[in-house]
This record gives sequence, C-alpha cells and structure tokens, in this order.
Amino acid sequence: MESTDTVPTYAAYDSKIEGNIIFTRVDAAINWMRKNSLWPMPMGLACCAIELMATASSRFDISRFGMEVMRFSPRQADVMIVAGTVTYKMALAVKRVWDQMPEPKWCIAMGACASSGGMYRSYAVLQGIDQIIPVDVYISGCPPRPEALIEGLMKLQEKIDKEHSTQDQKKTFFEDKA
Amino acid sequence: MSATPISQVAASDLTTLRDALGKGIISELEFRGEHTLVLTLEALPKALALCKKTLNYEMLLDISSLDHFGEDPRFEVVYELASLDDTRHLRLKAKVSEDEAVPTAIHLWAAADWHEREIWDMMGIPFSDHPNLKRILMWEGYPFFPLRKDFPLAGRPTDMPDVAFTGVAPLEGGPFVTAPGADTVAKREPHARHQE
Repeated sequence: MESTDTVPTYAAYDSKIEGNIIFTRVDAAINWMRKNSLWPMPMGLACCAIELMATASSRFDISRFGMEVMRFSPRQADVMIVAGTVTYKMALAVKRVWDQMPEPKWCIAMGACASSGGMYRSYAVLQGIDQIIPVDVYISGCPPRPEALIEGLMKLQEKIDKEHSTQDQKKTFFEDKA
Repeated sequence: MSATPISQVAASDLTTLRDALGKGIISELEFRGEHTLVLTLEALPKALALCKKTLNYEMLLDISSLDHFGEDPRFEVVYELASLDDTRHLRLKAKVSEDEAVPTAIHLWAAADWHEREIWDMMGIPFSDHPNLKRILMWEGYPFFPLRKDFPLAGRPTDMPDVAFTGVAPLEGGPFVTAPGADTVAKREPHARHQE
C-alpha cells in the first residue's frame, strides 16, 4: 500500500478538471478560433459566384472547415470573397461593404477578374480589387473550380494561424504609453 | 404553304408612312424583307407616334446609336419596332448632329426610358424631355462617353476624389483582334495589333 507521500506534486493538478484545461498562448487560441469559424461575405459579381455557390453546396461542402455560414450582412462576416468582375461602378459598393465589415477581416480575390481585371481590359472594369481593398489570398482560374477556392480558404487559414494579434496589440499599447 | 414574307405585311404601313411624312423620309431600304426608313430628325417623332398609335407597332425592341466619326451629322439613332404578334418589323433611322437632342419616345413606349439612358451614357446623345436622363451603366459623374469613336478602349483616367475613379486598363499592345482575311490560321487568330 502506497503512502500519500508518493502522490506526484509536479503540477497544480486537479483530477476534477482533468481534460478540460489546455495550456497555450492567447494568440494561438484566438487564431485557432478565428480560422475554424470563418464566416464569408459572398461578393458574387459574375460566373465565379456560381463556383462559389457550388463550393458551399453538398458536393464540396465548406462546412467541413466551418465556413458555411454565408452572411449577407457585412457586419457579421469575417472574410469577403470577391467572386467576379468588378466594374468601376460596382467598386464603390464593394468598398462600402468592405468598410462595413468589422475587424478582423480578410479578403479573397477569387478568379482572374477580381485579381487583375482578367480578360476585361477595358474602360469599365477595375483592374484588380487590390486597388481599393487589401487582398490576403488570390485564387487563379477563370472561374476557379471549387477545389481551388477551398485551397484558397485553407491558405487563408494558414495565414490566420501565423498572426499574432494580441502581441501586436500589446506592442502598440506600450509604444503609445512610452 | 410558304410563310408570308415580312415585306408584304409591312407594305401598307410603308404607304401610310410615306403619305404622312412626305419629304421627312430621306430614303428607304429593303434587305431580305427587313424594311428601314431613313428619316430627318424633325420627322422622327411624328413617324414614331404614327407607328405606335395608328399602325400598332406595340413594341419598341431597341434603340441603338452609331458614331459616324468625321462626318456631319456625326451620330445616328436607330429604332427597332415590332408588332406584338411578331408579324411586322420596322426600322427607323435618323441622323443627329453633335449639338442636337433627340425627342424622347417615353410617352409612346415605356421601354424607351432605359434605352435612351444607355445611349446618353455610352454615346452622349441627349434626349429632350426625358424625365430621368442620367447615367445607367457608368458611375454617376463619369466625365466621358465611352462608345464614341474617339474614346480609347483602355479608357481615360478620371480625377474625381470622393466620388469614384477610373484608371487606364493595361492593354499590353492590344486590343486583341482577329484578322479575318489573313492567309494562315496563326495570323487570323486574335493578336495584339498596335494602335497608331
């Protein structure tokens, strides 16, 4: 029979809450939560939007990645997927919707048109959405297949995973105080 | 058993128009049963009203415009009319010079509203008495008329901060056009042809 002295004392370990605690960094926890619950704002402007819809549907199913919650209100969205040709007239609306999205927010330029104007080298079409809003991921294709969009979204997940927002916040806080 | 040619159906209409307009008709064209009347701009509103009210052309299919750059009068408007049972079609044309306005056809066909706005937006031909003559495709305040012959495909930059902006598209030697008469396939296919 073992004495109580042999009970390990290596951590503030409580068997009652065993399995309910994980040790991590705040940034890592935040990133993990953000990247697995990306709510897209579908900015479907042309044929890319059809592929975007296919991606959300059962065959490709982005709910596997926690991205199925398409929000048609910019105030509830995390990532704007610009799918299609952006004309200069529509650019005003795209910028407005983007400005209404709360931080943190990301942007995906889906397809050739949103990335660079695509085949529309004309007076009417914005030559790349990055002229008005910052883009995190560009997806090539005309239009890209759903697999390509999912690949783009996974790239965005990887990018979010490398962010250190709390650290940056702390840094700016101390810089402001100094 | 052969279908009635459109030209026969529209023949009485043409007589009515000839009698009513007289010298307002500059010329008449017929091509494969399609009839076109070239009118003076003064005769155009009368002809349109006659077509709608007396001859029962219930539908205005389209209004389009042409830019005969370098000629005077410079522009031309084209009205495509049809009857609702699709048995009769008629095309009316009228030349418009740069300082002239075309009388609106909204009171005859409500469909004229957006067609006329498009022509104003793209070609810059004004329509008099139009209740809402503003741009329909380009952003409000855009300073050019992009379908005119002297407007480059790549566009012109605009400098209107706080409203919107338009840049010049990189054509990289384009526009990419076909050369239908060329002897080899490689030459016929779309390539950049340097603009002078």
